Amino acid sequence: MLSRNVTPPATTTPTKTRRFRFNWVDGFLWFIRIAAIIVIVVGIVGSIQLFAAGEGPTLEQWRDLVISSFATGAMYGLIALGYSMVYGVLGFINFAHGEVFMSGTMVGLIASTMLFDSGFWDANPMASLLIVVLVAMFTSTLVAVLIERVAYRPLRNAPRLIPLITSIGVSFFLQYAFAGLFGVGVRSYPPAPGNLDDDVEIFGISIAGTKLLVIVVAAISMVALWYFVKRTKTGTAMRAVAEDKEIAGLMGINVERTIVTTFAVGGAMAGVAGLLWALLFRGVDFLTGFLPGIKAFTAAVLGGIGNLPGAMLGGVLLGLFEGVGPLLVLAGLGIPAVSQLKDFVAFSALILVLIFRPSGLLGERLGSEDRA
Amino acid sequence: MALLEISGLSKAFGGVQALRGLDFHIDEGEIVSVIGPNGAGKTSFFNVISGIFSPDEGSIIFDGDDVTHHAPSEVTQRGIARTFQNVRLFANMTVLENVMVGQHCRTKAGILGAIFNTPSQRAEEEMIGEKAREILSFFGTRLAGYRLDQPAFALSYANRRRLEIARAMATEPRLLLLDEPTAGMNPRETIELTGKIGEMRDDRGLTVVVISHEMNVVEDVSDRVVVLDHGVKIAEGGYADVSTDDDVIEAYLGRPAESDDD
Amino acid sequence: MKDLRYTRFLGFISGLTMAFTGAIGMIEVFNQRTLIDPFLTMGTLMLLGIPAVIGVVAAKGRSNPLEGPTRDPLRGALAGLIMGLIAGVFASLFVLLVDTVDLTEFFPNLRPAMVDAMTFGFGVPVGLAVLSAASGLAGAAGGFFSGMSADIRRGMGAALAWVLGFSLLQGVVADIVEVRTVIRAIYSPQDGLQWWAALIIGALAWWLTLRYQGTGKTFAKRVREADPKGSLRRSLIGLAILMAVFLPMLLGGILNELLINVSFFILMGLGLNIVVGYAGLLDLGYVAFFAVGAYGTAVLTSPLSSTVNPEMSWWLALLVVIGLAAIAGILVGTPVLRMRGDYLAIVTLGFGEMVRILLLSDWLTPIFGGAQGIRRIPGIPIPFTDITISGVDPQLFIYFTLFFVLIATYVSYRASTARVGRAWAAMREDEEVAEATGVSTVSAKLLAFVTGAIIASFAGALFSAKVGAVFTNSFDLLVSIVVLLVVILGGMGSIPGIYVGSLVLIGLLGGPKSPGLLAEFGAYKLLFYGAILVFMMLKRPEGLWPSKLRSRELHIGELSQDAWLEKKGEFSSADGEEATV
Repeated sequence: MLSRNVTPPATTTPTKTRRFRFNWVDGFLWFIRIAAIIVIVVGIVGSIQLFAAGEGPTLEQWRDLVISSFATGAMYGLIALGYSMVYGVLGFINFAHGEVFMSGTMVGLIASTMLFDSGFWDANPMASLLIVVLVAMFTSTLVAVLIERVAYRPLRNAPRLIPLITSIGVSFFLQYAFAGLFGVGVRSYPPAPGNLDDDVEIFGISIAGTKLLVIVVAAISMVALWYFVKRTKTGTAMRAVAEDKEIAGLMGINVERTIVTTFAVGGAMAGVAGLLWALLFRGVDFLTGFLPGIKAFTAAVLGGIGNLPGAMLGGVLLGLFEGVGPLLVLAGLGIPAVSQLKDFVAFSALILVLIFRPSGLLGERLGSEDRA
Repeated sequence: MALLEISGLSKAFGGVQALRGLDFHIDEGEIVSVIGPNGAGKTSFFNVISGIFSPDEGSIIFDGDDVTHHAPSEVTQRGIARTFQNVRLFANMTVLENVMVGQHCRTKAGILGAIFNTPSQRAEEEMIGEKAREILSFFGTRLAGYRLDQPAFALSYANRRRLEIARAMATEPRLLLLDEPTAGMNPRETIELTGKIGEMRDDRGLTVVVISHEMNVVEDVSDRVVVLDHGVKIAEGGYADVSTDDDVIEAYLGRPAESDDD
Repeated sequence: MKDLRYTRFLGFISGLTMAFTGAIGMIEVFNQRTLIDPFLTMGTLMLLGIPAVIGVVAAKGRSNPLEGPTRDPLRGALAGLIMGLIAGVFASLFVLLVDTVDLTEFFPNLRPAMVDAMTFGFGVPVGLAVLSAASGLAGAAGGFFSGMSADIRRGMGAALAWVLGFSLLQGVVADIVEVRTVIRAIYSPQDGLQWWAALIIGALAWWLTLRYQGTGKTFAKRVREADPKGSLRRSLIGLAILMAVFLPMLLGGILNELLINVSFFILMGLGLNIVVGYAGLLDLGYVAFFAVGAYGTAVLTSPLSSTVNPEMSWWLALLVVIGLAAIAGILVGTPVLRMRGDYLAIVTLGFGEMVRILLLSDWLTPIFGGAQGIRRIPGIPIPFTDITISGVDPQLFIYFTLFFVLIATYVSYRASTARVGRAWAAMREDEEVAEATGVSTVSAKLLAFVTGAIIASFAGALFSAKVGAVFTNSFDLLVSIVVLLVVILGGMGSIPGIYVGSLVLIGLLGGPKSPGLLAEFGAYKLLFYGAILVFMMLKRPEGLWPSKLRSRELHIGELSQDAWLEKKGEFSSADGEEATV
């Protein structure tokens, strides 16, 4: 074939280029953005007006609300760690993680009841709580490892949605297994031992002892996990496997064992969260895991899936959103009984995050298989 | 006026600048090859043109219309079709169905037509089938007869490449972008496909851009060759000129090391 | 024996499962239903069925992958026996523990009644021996039969299936075979088949299966040869449908209620099938569309709904509701257009929950009735007649519902074979490539959502009219999951599969709020839902009656032998899965 010489490009004035693809889908999304912002701003303004008129909560009530929300958020953060780690390593949402959490707190309740009945509970508060948290951690870890072995390992190479659907099934199964084993009624942990419930003065702010303990325990766990993941050999292996399973295997890492460890660590964190639930809410039944599970997943995505500090941050933020949000925003919009809509706020946060910043606040860390 | 006119095209992925102020044009009826060492940005070039990625800078004018930031299905509807470097078929659909999907952007029967089995929908379905068969016949008997109802994953490698090209042709494009169409084929299949690319232009009036690493294919098929390296065009011209150009040789093979003396 | 460790492991698993079923109280509850008088209750079947089934697994042993499983009934029986004994002993230890220590404070089901149930009434310690022995025998039986020839296994399987069918579905049989003397003969007054009737039925089933095995296939082949155009077959299918039409008239009221429920789930299953099965979008908030239909109809037709109160006829309300559902489909579909599969699932779940919260909230009580719901929803008036179809007359209602089911079936079928269906299939295979080939994925996804939403709203409108009232507890996440389970159990993307899935799941186990034929399952059905979902995903993700396309997609790792079909983010066969020989 004959080759031709280079012909100079014809001179045409290009029509105006648009910077982005603007079609009605983007328009719709912008509409949602703007609507959300307007709703929030109007709500806050309205609420401030209400408060100025003296109809809002007192300063003490605000303080308590913020602290409670913060503490709850810390708990969500711990559960979120499990979601984040599993997603980072295996690339799917472990729907059953909420039930992993529930199993820890449920079995912990048995331990606490036994301790309470024998008088040990009040006599040795710290030791009792330690026993309960160990029991919860053990149970949660066991459940997490079991479900990985039975339900997820055979599906290692399946299309992504299959493990997700399986995890829904596992979640159901666990819920109703526990309902069958422990009965369907709500049971309560004994009241906090010793004088843990009393207020403590920190930086001039008075915090309930239990809530302070929750925050401290969460912080310690987070730091411990951080150290584990960053400094120990197993932790590094976990990060490597999360990054690229195949290559990690070629580098001599036992991928299977590392995945099990990931589940186990996530489970352990959920077990600690079980103790925190006990301190904050006391009541437990077989459905306890469902809502916190979804909220914790929201927290994980909010912070950036696969990203551990992100999970904690997301948790705390979500706790604050759902705790303070109804009162701060919805009340100002004239909506009655805003506390009913706490979960609504949490779900809205989920949807807004996934639409507008699916990579999360601190950025997502996905494995090479899952990166676009 | 050129059929496709690209100026100043730039695209970065994270820290990697895949395309850097690239200019490119092609007239109707030309066959242009795009070559360059690995990582030169050739597939990224196709990806940006076909709309899978939106460029950071630059413009893409196709037949006078600006298609720079259009969605891939819109670009295809305008008349630019492409194949993929690592054959991406609808593996579980049959050969015929794969090609029929190509006709999607040229037809309009919707779900209501399907439900009410309107005559226009039925006629359209028949036409789609006919057109698909006709396009598959471009490859002779290779993708005809009993093959039509086989799932795509059952095809041999060369046939899969052909099927992907057929699917792209079914979108009735004016410009066809072929990403390494002969990779992995044996010499006989390569020669056959090279001939087919010529037929695309001569018999079907298509304008073709070909990415290839096989210089014999490039030599046979191209009216003009464009060489990319690190996202920039470093040479352009006939094969004879380009293949002896110093910059091109350096891009592929490197430069001799500087000697200490002298 | 080198398999001893495996057998011991299986025994442990088996025993653990037996203990578990006792611990959740299932054996006790199931014991209330006698299957074969006088000795087989459902509880016993459950309890001893576990070692029997695992006996089959134990008999297979860790078979050499090159040779395939060896079939030796005696070896199998021995393996099963050992496994069963271990299981039985383990379970016995558990029962002993429960008998000795009172754990009812934490585990309310670990009470004397459970001990009684698990020891067949013999109590400790005799019952423990009985339990161990029975378990061992069950395991041996399972192992023995798994080693028999294919003919015997098929015969045994058929016999078991028929006997179980007759005993479990006693109500249905009694309703269909309305000859009272026969019924009174084969069933005992305390429920359950008479043991000799069971033997006869079993033997009959065995003989029939063996006598006519293969005839199904040859018959089908001969039919196909004699009738190449399929016209005869079509008229036969039409005849079958006509016969099915008369079925509701044969069945009593309760069974008709059940059929209505099954039909609702077929309808919703067909709708969800379009979203999940055809377009490949995992929607976990499908119940929201159902709620739009139900609450929309309620608000528009009932005189009691407070603020908005047009009191339209059901038909007019249906038209409005369809429009609302379409809008809802767009509202839900648009934000999720660019999301990854699992995020899409969670977001749709969130939407579903948000709808429920809003319906329940005090804020919207003026419109939706809050916790009180909306009552006094009128039935469906048939024009030109005086008849109103509502839940009062289940028989009429079934026909009406089936009418909509047929519409949905037709729509699904036509969509799947047309241009739209191809676009969905392409999008499911490889979204990026489909988009590059000219398929507007935006349109395709939204179309799927809208179509699915409209079908769900049909179901919602019908539901409102049938029950006459709507309360928010009929619209929770559980419903979405059950519909998903129906689709998955039957087969994603397969229309006959949806029918099968709904019949099997809703018919036998029951819907989320209503019982099925096996009403004994009661609260345990949710446990089974979860177990079935996991089991299906692990063993048979394409469902019971799969569509060929989906079957291929889900097993592509096993079918394709080269690496060229490996795709990023989708399934990969790169880990060396062998093609099945």
